[in-house]
Amino acid sequence: MSILVDQNTKVLVQGITGKHGAFHTERMLRYGTEIVGGVTPGKGGSRFLNVPVFDTMKEAVRMTQAGVSVIYVPAVHAPSALYEAAEAGVRLIVCITEGIPVLEMARFKEWAKEENVQWVGPNCPGIITPGECKIGIMPGEIHTRGPIGVISRSGTLTYEAVWQLTHCGLGQSTCVGIGGDPIGGFGFVDLLARFQDDPETKAVVLIGEIGGTQEEEAARFIREKMSKPVVAFVAGLNAPEGRRMGHAGAIITGGTGRAKSKIECFRDHGVVIAENPALIGETMKKIYREQYGEQES
Amino acid sequence: MNIHEYQAKTLFQHYGIPVSENGVARTPEKAFFLAQAIQKPGISFVVKAQIHAGGRGKAGGVRIVRTPEEVRSVSEALLGQKLVTPQTGKDGRVVNRCLIEHATEIEKEYYAGLLLDRSSGELCLVTSSSGGMAIEAIAEKHPEKIIKHLFSVKERLSEEKALEVASTLSGDENEKKAIARILIAMVKIFLELDASLIEINPLGRTKTGEVIAVDAKIQFDDNALYRHPEIEALRDASQEDPREKEAQDQGLSYVGLEGNIGCIVNGAGLAMATMDMIRLAGGEPANFLDVGGNATKDQVKAAFEIILKDPHVKVILVNIFGGILHCDVVAAGILEAAEEIQVKVPLVVRLEGTRAGEGRDILGKSSLRIQTASSFQEAAEKAVKAL
Repeated sequence: MSILVDQNTKVLVQGITGKHGAFHTERMLRYGTEIVGGVTPGKGGSRFLNVPVFDTMKEAVRMTQAGVSVIYVPAVHAPSALYEAAEAGVRLIVCITEGIPVLEMARFKEWAKEENVQWVGPNCPGIITPGECKIGIMPGEIHTRGPIGVISRSGTLTYEAVWQLTHCGLGQSTCVGIGGDPIGGFGFVDLLARFQDDPETKAVVLIGEIGGTQEEEAARFIREKMSKPVVAFVAGLNAPEGRRMGHAGAIITGGTGRAKSKIECFRDHGVVIAENPALIGETMKKIYREQYGEQES
Repeated sequence: MNIHEYQAKTLFQHYGIPVSENGVARTPEKAFFLAQAIQKPGISFVVKAQIHAGGRGKAGGVRIVRTPEEVRSVSEALLGQKLVTPQTGKDGRVVNRCLIEHATEIEKEYYAGLLLDRSSGELCLVTSSSGGMAIEAIAEKHPEKIIKHLFSVKERLSEEKALEVASTLSGDENEKKAIARILIAMVKIFLELDASLIEINPLGRTKTGEVIAVDAKIQFDDNALYRHPEIEALRDASQEDPREKEAQDQGLSYVGLEGNIGCIVNGAGLAMATMDMIRLAGGEPANFLDVGGNATKDQVKAAFEIILKDPHVKVILVNIFGGILHCDVVAAGILEAAEEIQVKVPLVVRLEGTRAGEGRDILGKSSLRIQTASSFQEAAEKAVKAL
C-alpha cells in the first residue's frame, strides 16, 4: 500500500513535448511510471518518446482511462491546464509549474472545492511511491521502499531528508511535495490523514517552512487524530524577517509564521522536532525504534 | 514588488479612495513650488520621504511644516540621504523623492489591510478601530481589536458585507458608507491588478468628517507582473539591493545577510536549512542564495561573482542536492568560476544526488584547493573551521 499513487496509476503528461515535460517524461518512464499519454495542443495523433500525444485532455482521458495528470506547461498556460484536467475527469492533478499568479490559484482552489477536484502543487516536486510510480521531478534513485511517509513544502530539502532516511535504513511508502506557493491543493493535514489510514506507513516525516499556518494546523491534527509518530523539521530559523526567500510561500508577515513559533507549536502538541537538518533521518530512526523496537523496517 | 506611497496614492485616487491633495518632488525646488501650488490658508504641509519600507515616522522621514520655504529645507535635508528604519536593515534606503501633501487633522485613526488567506484561499480583510503607528503592538497585546473578515475571490466584497465590516469601525451612518466604499475599492484594486497586499494605516477620519487614506502601501504578486506592464513600470530599482537585483537578472534568488560564510545552494528550503546548519556549527551565513532547479554553468559562475562582491565573505560553502540539476554541471561551473574570477577564499563543496560521483571526480582532478564534504553537517563544520 501507499497513498495517492501506485503501480497501477495511469498518468497523462500535460505539456509532454515542452522542454521540462520531455526531460521528465523520459525519466518517469525510465523509473517505471505508467505514462499512457501526453497532451500538447496541435500535436495530437503523433507519438513522443513512444507515448501517444493528444490535442485535448478530454480526448486523452477517454482514450487512455488515465486517472492522474501531471502539468509541466509554462505558468501563463498552467491555470487553463488545471481546469482542463479537472473537467476531463482525472481523479488527481499534480501541478509542477512554478510562477503562477497567486490569484489564479485562489480562483482555481475555490472552483476545485465545489467540483471536488484533488490536486497537488503548484511549484512542487511531485509525488513518488518508491519502486512503483514517480510523478514529478525528484531524483528517483535516492528513494527506497519502506514504512516512512514524507510530506514537505520544499523541493531539494525533501531530497535531502529522503536521502538521510534511505541511509538510515528507513525506506518510504510515499513522498509528497505539496509545493511552496501560498495557495495550493493538498495541505499537510489532508496528507497526514491519508498516511494515518495507510497500513504500510508506520511513521511520517514532515518538512515545513516559514510562512503561513499549515504547520500549526498539522500540529493540532497530529495530537488529536494521529497514532503514528511524526518527526517534523521547520526550515528558516535564521531567515531575516519580512524578506522574501525565493519561494513565494516563504514570506514572514506580521510576526506570525516564524520558524521558532512553528517549532514551539509542534513541541506543545507533542510532535518530535529534528533540530538539526542533517539529523532528520537519525531522529526518525530513534523515534521509529522507540515505537516499534528493532523489527525490520 | 513594492511601490512607493505616492504611486499607491495615485492608484487609490484612480479607484476613488480619497487622499489629501498631494504631489511628488525629486528636488527641493520642485517641493517648494508644489507646496506653493497647493497652499491653503491655515493648512500645514507634510513632507514624506519615499522609500520602500515602513517605520519612516520614527526615523524622521515624515515631517510636518508650515510654509513652502520649510518644505524646501526639509526636502533638502531628506533628498539624497539614506533613511534607516526598523524595516530597511542597517544600510537603509536612499530617498530620491518626497511626497508633499496637506497635513489634514485626523480625529480618529483606523486600520485596513487586505491580503490572501493561505489556508482557505480566500481574501482576508483585516480591520481595526485602533490604527496608526502602534498597530503591531496592538495586534500582539489586544488581538481582539483586530478583526478578520474572509470572503471568496469570486464573490468579492458585497456592499452589504462592506457596510457590515465598516460598522465594526464606526457607528456613524455617513462614515460607515465612506469606509465601505473604500473597502470595496481596495478589493477592486487587489483583484484587477494582482496585488498581494494593500494596507491603509492609518485610515483617518478628518475633522470635517471625511475618511481618507493617510498612508498607502501596495505590494504586487511578482508572478503576475507579466500581465500588468503598467505596474511593472512603477518599479524603482534604487530601492532594491543591487546584488539582489543582479541575482534576479541572472535567474538566481539572493538575499544579503550579515555573516561571513557565503552560501550557494539549490532550492529555497535547502538554502534555508543550510543557513540553519551553519548557525548550528557556530558560524554566520553571509547570504541566502538559491541557484534554482535548472542552473547552468554560467549561473553557477554568476553566483560566485555576486557572493564575492560582499567583502565580508571569508569562505564559500556550496551545498547542492542534484535533482533536475546535475552535480557535474555545478562542478564544472565551480572550476570555471574559480579560474576566471580567482576565488581566493577557501571553498567547501558538498555534492549529492544526480551525477554526484561525476561532479566529485571533476573537482578531485582539479588543482584547486577545494574541500569536499560527504554530508551537509560535515560541509558546515568544515566551512566554519576554514574561517
